[in-house]
Amino acid sequence: MNCDHCDKPAVVHEIVIKGGVSNEVHLCSEHAIAAGYPLPIEQPIADIFPKLGSVAKVEAAKSKERSAKCAACGLTFTVFRKSATLGCPACYDAFMPMIEKVIESAQDGATHHLGRSPVGGVEIERVQNLRVKLMHDLEVAVAAEHYERAAKLRDELKALDSQTS
Amino acid sequence: MSQVGPDSDVVVTSRVRLARNISGFPFISRASNPVRQEIMRVVRRAVDQSCNEKNSSPEMRWIELQSAPSRDRILLSERHLVSRHFANSDGPRALALSKDEHSSIMVNEEDHLRIQFLCAGSRLSDAFKAAFTLENALANCTNFSFHPRWGYLTACPTNVGCGIRMSAMLHLPGAQIMKETDRIKRAAKELHLAVRGYYGEGSESIGDFFQFSNQTTLGATEDALLEEFNGIVLPRLIGYEREARTAALTRYRSRIEDIVFRSHANLSAARLLTSDAATKDLSRMRFGVVMGLLPVELATIQRLLLQVQPAHLSLIDPRSLESEEADREVRATYVRQSLTRGPTDTK
Repeated sequence: MNCDHCDKPAVVHEIVIKGGVSNEVHLCSEHAIAAGYPLPIEQPIADIFPKLGSVAKVEAAKSKERSAKCAACGLTFTVFRKSATLGCPACYDAFMPMIEKVIESAQDGATHHLGRSPVGGVEIERVQNLRVKLMHDLEVAVAAEHYERAAKLRDELKALDSQTS
Repeated sequence: MSQVGPDSDVVVTSRVRLARNISGFPFISRASNPVRQEIMRVVRRAVDQSCNEKNSSPEMRWIELQSAPSRDRILLSERHLVSRHFANSDGPRALALSKDEHSSIMVNEEDHLRIQFLCAGSRLSDAFKAAFTLENALANCTNFSFHPRWGYLTACPTNVGCGIRMSAMLHLPGAQIMKETDRIKRAAKELHLAVRGYYGEGSESIGDFFQFSNQTTLGATEDALLEEFNGIVLPRLIGYEREARTAALTRYRSRIEDIVFRSHANLSAARLLTSDAATKDLSRMRFGVVMGLLPVELATIQRLLLQVQPAHLSLIDPRSLESEEADREVRATYVRQSLTRGPTDTK
């Protein structure tokens, strides 16, 4: 069976029966990641056999996810999981923290934009984000005794500070 | 697609694509047709102001796809200027296209704008500069959705951040002969690269052509992403393929010559030819040409790879549209004549 959104074979299949109505979702690995589904091969064994005590917690979190809705465009998180596309820019804030997990998983753990920005206002935040990242990387490099890398990162921090001072 | 450039023996084309959305509008999945029309109006005004009036970017012509004939839409898809999904979908959507067809903007695809620069050979740095020149020109006339933490906001959250997709279409017959393609694909996956077929997402590889592109768009600057892809990954892929070709030729010279010359003979003699069969044989000939086995111009092979596609063929001879057999016959005749007109010494 192919993915609901492209011609690739589906690897994630979900059937939800609610009020007697069956709703099927079939997604390829890329669209499954985009919609926040764990891929079958990546699903930890602990997720397949959850500890009994955690079932209630998981159910509560799932219920919160299901009821999440973007106030700006009306998209529900359930529909997002099916379509793998968001409805509007405000969805990014409306679906926190679920969307955070989706992005981190797709972006190899990255959590902040470090690239260009359109105009000056957000440039300050970009520099702040970049600085936080450099500081974090510097700490990691020092702890791992990668002194060459640490020196390079320190130089980058200095350069950034001199640019913004 | 029909031209040649640096490292064209391996790299067929380089492309940089930027995903942007106009601030203040819902993404496409929640945009009604009137809203999509309004987005098109805003983008067209920005294109007119930034490109056509100020001359800061190449002059662009505007093609509305919802009213364009099916053949024209397929033609654009065969030239890799629009995705197949975009060519076949419904609703108001457009393509702004520069005269030389290097620069283009898909309007109302998955995102409001997909700004693209496509060129022959390994020229990702040039494509990168040109795509951002066009993006900057448009940004002076309109505002793009931006989030201080997530960067440029995209309809699919996995493209967020820089919203940049750098791609290179590679010809990997050496790796295929040496049975190294799966290993390359696995290595690419570990480097967070996507490997796709001839027509991008969801398409199969035809004739050993593979499209490699970055998947990481967040947590690094655009320049760092370019440096990683263009400065490290791409040269390694090119080097790997060249080594595989040399090894293949050393080990299986007779077999490779047989494949190359048979393909040339096939195309020089065939009376009926499908586009897939033509592409496969042209790919084998391409290998022979770049390895110095076959005295045919690489540009001829590149041109034919494009012209054997169904919509392009119907432009050359509309009789190809009459029936499946006519399509095959016209293609075979065209390829045969093209190859026999040039040097055909296959010694």
